[in-house]
Amino acid sequence: MPDDRPIKVLVAKAGLDGHDRGVKVVARALRDAGMEVVYTGLHQTPEQVVMAALQEDVEAIGVSLLSGAHMHIFPRLAELMKEKGLDDVILFGGGIIPQEDIPGLEQVGVAKVFLPGSTLKEIVEFLRKAVKEKRGKGKV
Amino acid sequence: MAKAKPQAPAERRAGGDRNGDTPRNGANGAVADAQARWERETYRPAANGTPERQADFRTLSGLPLKAIYTPDDVREAGFDWLGHPGEFPFTRGVYPTMYRGRLWTIRQVAGYGTAEDTNHRFRYLLDQGETGLSVTFDMPTLMGYDSDHARSKGEVGLGGVAIDAARDMYQLYEGLPLDKLTASLTINCPAAVILAFYLDAAQRMGFPWSVLGGTVQNDILKEFHAQNEWAFPPAPSLSLVVDQVEFCTQQVPRWNTISISGYHMREAGATAVQELAYTLLDGLTYVQACVDRGLEVDAFAPRFSFFFDIHNDFFEEIAKLRAARRIWAREMQRRFHPKNEKSLLMRCHCQTAGVSLLAQQPMNNIARVALQALAAVLGGAQSLHTNGFDETYALPTEETAQLAVRTQQIIAHESGVANVIDPVGGSYFLEALTDEMEAAAYQEFAIIEGMGGMLAAIESGYVRQRIGDSAMRFQKEVDSGKRVQVGLNQFVEGPAPRLETHEFDLQAEVRANERLTELRRTRDHAAWKRTRSELQQAARRGRNLMPHILDCAAAQATEGEIMDALREVHGEYDAPPLY
Repeated sequence: MPDDRPIKVLVAKAGLDGHDRGVKVVARALRDAGMEVVYTGLHQTPEQVVMAALQEDVEAIGVSLLSGAHMHIFPRLAELMKEKGLDDVILFGGGIIPQEDIPGLEQVGVAKVFLPGSTLKEIVEFLRKAVKEKRGKGKV
Repeated sequence: MAKAKPQAPAERRAGGDRNGDTPRNGANGAVADAQARWERETYRPAANGTPERQADFRTLSGLPLKAIYTPDDVREAGFDWLGHPGEFPFTRGVYPTMYRGRLWTIRQVAGYGTAEDTNHRFRYLLDQGETGLSVTFDMPTLMGYDSDHARSKGEVGLGGVAIDAARDMYQLYEGLPLDKLTASLTINCPAAVILAFYLDAAQRMGFPWSVLGGTVQNDILKEFHAQNEWAFPPAPSLSLVVDQVEFCTQQVPRWNTISISGYHMREAGATAVQELAYTLLDGLTYVQACVDRGLEVDAFAPRFSFFFDIHNDFFEEIAKLRAARRIWAREMQRRFHPKNEKSLLMRCHCQTAGVSLLAQQPMNNIARVALQALAAVLGGAQSLHTNGFDETYALPTEETAQLAVRTQQIIAHESGVANVIDPVGGSYFLEALTDEMEAAAYQEFAIIEGMGGMLAAIESGYVRQRIGDSAMRFQKEVDSGKRVQVGLNQFVEGPAPRLETHEFDLQAEVRANERLTELRRTRDHAAWKRTRSELQQAARRGRNLMPHILDCAAAQATEGEIMDALREVHGEYDAPPLY
């Protein structure tokens, strides 16, 4: 039986970076695409992001970072997600992230990094596909 | 998309004659007749034969564009209504001689690593010919946290320079002639602290405060609208802004106490019209707050300055600056009746739009920045920052920063545009567009003042949400291809070449933390404790905090410590997570 629950996503700004144009546009796009979006607001610590993800029982966490702190924040997030038993939650991100850092991020469990120039459609389609796969795996 | 409408020859826009019957210009309707004849005999046949590229042409902010503009589109006949440079309402320029007398300041914002690193970049930029200093700080400093705060981990010295104490400001400006160079400090919620550090450092360097010229951004309202660098709730934040105005008015008379900014709202998605309206309203809100404090408008208003974004729509940006000058002069006159004409001047710094630059085919950004810089100059900016073409990748390297400076120098010395004052003034299109933007801004004024003003708009989130709406609209236009972005959705190539970009120095955090440890170990702890207690007492009693913050700075308090002391009194702002 196809699982057509709406996808629930946490969209977050982690660290001190306050540039929220992109994350808010993404949040609106996901909402317009029928997903249930929880936006954390700004200045979240990795701990706060993971706590919110746990409380809201989301299937995916999207993190926006433009400050250069991604190599600190994403690994910490991945670590905390593992600790809290959220390894099956899809972690994705976007912002100003150098191309050469992406393999390192993928290694710690970031499923996808959306660089400048990504379209909203791409992000929606990625999530739909990734969540579908995840739900498929979850079924016995 | 709207269908093409045949345009009546004398069709008007807001600010002009709407009935279309009676032309404003041209004796006996001669202009209207000539235009009608051209449309009938020449334009319509051509447009019918080869349809125009779009059914509907608009500026970037959505204002409709006619095919061509005539004297009838200019609000009044004759010449006097437009005014003159250096005279009310300053549409044509704030100063009588403008760039013929003095070119705009080349003021490139810089900041990374620790103070010595940025001092090095300052010297480099001065060697390249920049004429004013500007610094930006790392996220911890911008948010009022020390480099060793838990929240600062991984963020120190990345987006700007790490400044923790007054001695860091001393190192930042070491060896530079602060009596001859103006310095801009891009700082907001901890502006009072960083300003105090600057004043403390300048004093130690032997410069009396009376000779110091510069600017502290200190524009907290736009933080609540867009940039999100807040600490305390709006009321105590605004009070601290006024503290700095009051203090500098008496003690640092050449200092620009606020840089009332549209740039950040624009970067967050605001249209040019929104940027114009919200920036000027923020400015009027500050003037009112200072008047409410009991300050004389002529004592402080001459030292209010502005900061605008310069985006891609060339003529819209020029018109925006001209409309801004006119609106500010008129509203200051009408609302506050200053006696000193300097209180009416909308002097501005401009920065080319970071958000307009693309990661794809980054060298294209050189062309974008050049055009934007030209618009700023034709718009009459007092100082200008041009972005590096690697803006979407990292902070500028020396090479990209140099090229950005050269761009301004080429405009200044080779293009000829600086040799005539307001050279595009009188263009039928430009004057019509200036009028339209002015009218559109006034519509926004009416909406926001109708809801109780900017502080009410912050509380309701009105400005934030309108900016977010514009951002969403823009993204959809780009994604659909309706809004062309060269190299991104048209004229696309393969993957971008690997650029040599600025290397982020992850060791800056280590160095900064070592300095902090040393500072805390060696300072007079009792002095800090005393000044901290006095600061908090003054904050609770609603006193001007600047003298107390200066005392803390002299006692080697850190920025984070001073901000924490104030957080204890004022509380921390928690914005509702609207999107």
